[in-house]
Amino acid sequence: MKPLLEIKNITMKFGSLVANEDVSFTIHENEIVSLIGPNGAGKTTLFNCITGFYKPYCGNVIFDGKDITGMAPHKICRLGVTRTFQIVKTLNEMTVKENVMTGAFLHTNNRKKAEEIAEEILDITGLTPKKDVLGANLTIADRKRVEIARALATNPRILMLDECMAGLNQTEIKDVMSLCLKLKEKGLSLLIVEHIMEAIMPISDNIVVLNAGKKITEGPPQEVVNNEEVIKAYLGERYHAKSKKS
Amino acid sequence: MVRNKKILLIIIAILALIPIITKSKAVLNAVILLLIFATLGEAWNLITGFAGQTSFGHAAFFGIGAYTSAVLYYRYGITPWIGLILGGIIAAAVAAIMSYPCFKLKGHYFAVATLAVAEIIKQIFVSWKYVEGATGISIPIIPRSSDFIKRLFYLQFNEKTPWVYICLVMFTAVIILCSYLENSKMGYYLKAIRESHEVAESIGINPTNYKLYTMLISAFISAICGSIYAQYILYIDPFMMFSLDVSMKIVLLTVLGGVGNVFGPIIGASIFIPLSEFTRIKLGGSGTGVDLMIYGLLIILITCYQPKGVIGIVQKLAERSKKANIGGEGKIEATSGN
Repeated sequence: MKPLLEIKNITMKFGSLVANEDVSFTIHENEIVSLIGPNGAGKTTLFNCITGFYKPYCGNVIFDGKDITGMAPHKICRLGVTRTFQIVKTLNEMTVKENVMTGAFLHTNNRKKAEEIAEEILDITGLTPKKDVLGANLTIADRKRVEIARALATNPRILMLDECMAGLNQTEIKDVMSLCLKLKEKGLSLLIVEHIMEAIMPISDNIVVLNAGKKITEGPPQEVVNNEEVIKAYLGERYHAKSKKS
Repeated sequence: MVRNKKILLIIIAILALIPIITKSKAVLNAVILLLIFATLGEAWNLITGFAGQTSFGHAAFFGIGAYTSAVLYYRYGITPWIGLILGGIIAAAVAAIMSYPCFKLKGHYFAVATLAVAEIIKQIFVSWKYVEGATGISIPIIPRSSDFIKRLFYLQFNEKTPWVYICLVMFTAVIILCSYLENSKMGYYLKAIRESHEVAESIGINPTNYKLYTMLISAFISAICGSIYAQYILYIDPFMMFSLDVSMKIVLLTVLGGVGNVFGPIIGASIFIPLSEFTRIKLGGSGTGVDLMIYGLLIILITCYQPKGVIGIVQKLAERSKKANIGGEGKIEATSGN
């Protein structure tokens, strides 16, 4: 299978701080890849490098055979890679529908058409009942959903979700999970950054684990959870040693 | 949308009726200035209200428009109608040169740059012999006996009524353009850029380009207002055209009326221009600045209690009466439960 997005040896530095070091992995068409790792592991930085918000220090991002490293974010989005933000950035002065329409305008100049696309996306994301609510008046769960809907409206080939489940309750997480699977069914690829293991494991095809900027392992969910280094990174040395003894 | 159209029609109808009701020169003069400044406010509102880039230098475009048409007529006898368009194009070009570098940066660089550019242009015009420097240009007057067609061609009229209608047409055209833009792709994109640069970029918007397009339109409209103003008062000099006063007047009246709303500038101008005309007539030279004092007070009150301007107060009242009509229908607060 031809890879859709290739991340090749990405290194990102802020002064002397190395946020990402030599990270490589690939995402194939119609695949859900999750990026996990403790706080400060460099997940969001990697996101920013892929989507053009940062220009990586070295390494390449190849999308569909085209080198998009350091390209302007709006151009990358136009090609079909759209992201959401960890700290939700709902357009507060617009209604939910207008938020989504703004995304939909990427491939049309016609207001009616944008409205149609928006209605469709609102339907998929389950936001239709709230379409006329102002962005500023939404709950965090709905904001995260609007964030996804707005990105979806740009009709991406890869949707990149940055912690779209953090801070949500169990039912809300289940909703997002089923949404992710629905999108996969529609032929999208997803790159998900997430902390919540229970949510990530069942839906991911592949998991990439980052720790302190480096990729420590990669593989199907079951393999990754049993990996010693992952346990060490997540639970700490002491717990790791304890679990070994017992 | 339909409701807004109705409001627009009512406003235009009232303004159109004023010259029929009264022949008072003072009133008509106030209406003409009101319309010119309301149009300038619309132009400023595009770049600041919609695109979120504060400009303190719209006098530059206003002055460039005035000077282009005045110089062309004064030096070469070219009709101001051509000067009006040409002035718009030159102003847009100046705007492009000035804003392109600023729009690549985030923050308040643009606001500072506009302020500086307006001052620089003023100084250039003060010492520029070709445009009569600090003396200013008195636009040559055509004979009093000329017929209406000739008067229209040279944009000079014996009475004020034609000016009211010319300005009204200009204002109507601009407000229609603005509300069209507001509801088009461009309007949505500008609002997104204003709220968050990052979001705009993440959904495929090039903020630099969209801000630049808006700036070009804004400068073009301001320049046309300048040409009309020059033809109306028939005398211009750099100190009145390029002054910070003009830039600030535009800013303040829009802020009072409501930034980011197409009706903001006309509301602001309807309060501000009659106020300053009235104090000017009643108090004369000794009262210079009294209007600004009253106005300053209004601005302070507005920014403290209703940052959206007068239009915000109107909207709030409308909402309240709507709620009362529906009868206590609460907000939908249900969380996602599907």
